[in-house]
Amino acid sequence: MKKFSGKVLFLDRSDINTDEIIPAKYLTEITKEALKPYLLEDLSLSSFDPMKDIDGKSVIVTRANFGCGSSREHAPWALEVNNINVVIAESFARIFRQNMYNCGMFAIELPREKIDYLFETYKNKDVSIDVNVDNNKIIVSANGQSEEIDFNVGEFDKTLVKEGGWVGYADKNY
Amino acid sequence: MKKTIAEKIFDAHRVNMPFPDTHVLKLDAVFCHEITTPIAITDLQARGMDRVFDPQKIKAVIDHVTPAKDSKTAEQGKILRDWARKHGIKDFFDIGRNGVCHAIFPEKGFVRPGYTIIMGDSHTCTHGAFGAFAAGVGTTDLEVGILKGVCAFHFPKTIKIVLNGKLAPGVYAKDVILFIIKELTVNGATNMVMEFTGPIVDEMSMESRMTLCNMAIEAGGTCGICYPDMTTVDYLWEFIKDDFKTKEDALKEYSKWVSDEDAVYEKVYEYDVSNLEPMVTFGYKPDQVKPVREMTGTKIDQVYIGSCTNGRIEDLRIAAQILKGKKIGDTVRGIVSPATPDIYSLALKEGIIEIFQDAGFCVTNPTCGACLGMSNGVLANGESCAATTNRNFNGRMGKGGTVHLMSPATAAASAIEGTIVNSALYE
Repeated sequence: MKKFSGKVLFLDRSDINTDEIIPAKYLTEITKEALKPYLLEDLSLSSFDPMKDIDGKSVIVTRANFGCGSSREHAPWALEVNNINVVIAESFARIFRQNMYNCGMFAIELPREKIDYLFETYKNKDVSIDVNVDNNKIIVSANGQSEEIDFNVGEFDKTLVKEGGWVGYADKNY
Repeated sequence: MKKTIAEKIFDAHRVNMPFPDTHVLKLDAVFCHEITTPIAITDLQARGMDRVFDPQKIKAVIDHVTPAKDSKTAEQGKILRDWARKHGIKDFFDIGRNGVCHAIFPEKGFVRPGYTIIMGDSHTCTHGAFGAFAAGVGTTDLEVGILKGVCAFHFPKTIKIVLNGKLAPGVYAKDVILFIIKELTVNGATNMVMEFTGPIVDEMSMESRMTLCNMAIEAGGTCGICYPDMTTVDYLWEFIKDDFKTKEDALKEYSKWVSDEDAVYEKVYEYDVSNLEPMVTFGYKPDQVKPVREMTGTKIDQVYIGSCTNGRIEDLRIAAQILKGKKIGDTVRGIVSPATPDIYSLALKEGIIEIFQDAGFCVTNPTCGACLGMSNGVLANGESCAATTNRNFNGRMGKGGTVHLMSPATAAASAIEGTIVNSALYE
């Protein structure tokens, strides 16, 4: 299993598309590692600076329909090579969400009020999130205090996270 | 009874359900291109699993950057080419025979009603125009598809979109789908199949239905889908004539891929589109759509006619009808990319290529290039493009550039004017 914890990057916008996560001009790369410098390069979000804001972050918290647009798995890969294995959002585009789980990564959906709460309470703080895979909880920590939030994940998706992705599972079972 | 077309296709292809709401389907076709497939290939090789489930069912094309523009894209092409040769994938389309995947694969007869198809490309939803379940997937799903011929999906919840009325002159499938995306928003169909029915769809050519289904993904849809009918049979006839005695027999067989009257939908939208005007996008999301009338006069630097949305012969004919005997504006660059070599040849025979060239367009080889800013017409910072493509995302056609999505008719008229304008066919 991958590591599902660390400092949080808040992206306060809905409909962040995969062209923003990793622009098409970098799809000519044939290794995942090569995508590392370009994550969120074209993100349209005021005061966001990809050069500074991504560094040291391992969890993204964002709004609705994250990862819409292109099917490029380069989007999860660009996150992965930047040590970001968890995205928490109100909702995801289908292909992006499946790509995350297929790579053994977490795309966690929370109701809008929980997402609103996370933004309101923690957006400007030094906050960490830890995913408790067995109990379907995220543990949010800031200023020496922490709280737990439950989330739902399907059995299939959880199996993919635990088995490290779809290729290994499919090879064994089909 | 009580089933949608997508449910029927799932029932006919389900291998098993390893978990609740996890339907593993057998695939009839796996389509590949040189951008998302090479990493699947190299991963399979690294795992010691360099196999393919069925070389007949795998179709591959180099289309995104062709001819190769640099060493990296040359390498991507080489990986796909070497792999196709090694595994005996006969339907591999290399330069000279290659075209935009979602145009060339239907054109070669690879899509049939009732099929399940995946590709590492979000616009795979296009092929639902034939009454197939076709979905874009990432590289890992593609990799498993190549290896095992299966893919996992959730239950295909379906939205039904009934299109009534009659389209006004100068209004096309592109205007209809832009209008629908505006109504549904960019995630209004997320995790759902979009079923398009009604008199408007019945009247549409396969090309128009492909335009409609192509942009289902822009509303978040898994697949766009139309019922197969005689138009579908006519399009496919050259490929299926040995399988059926008559077209009526083919239609009878394909008619099993139609939703039951009592099928259960997540939502039903019914629109009379008789008064619909030509539509165009503004901003950076495909649901930011207005009538062209309200955007008239918006300056453009480039016009691009092509792509898996609108690069087919019907699209070129419509644009040529407007461009004939005219010149594009002095301040505009016009680029047209016929989506396949056959479309290019037909356009040449019909005098369409000459019309484009006389008007001042650059005619390029078939490729996806410009649509996603990879090659063949990238915008400079601050420039804007009137495009018949499918995404107006920030920087999509080049960093700092703006894209206005529209029909080929509107694009052609805007090329002449140098600013966004309704086509004469409408006025």
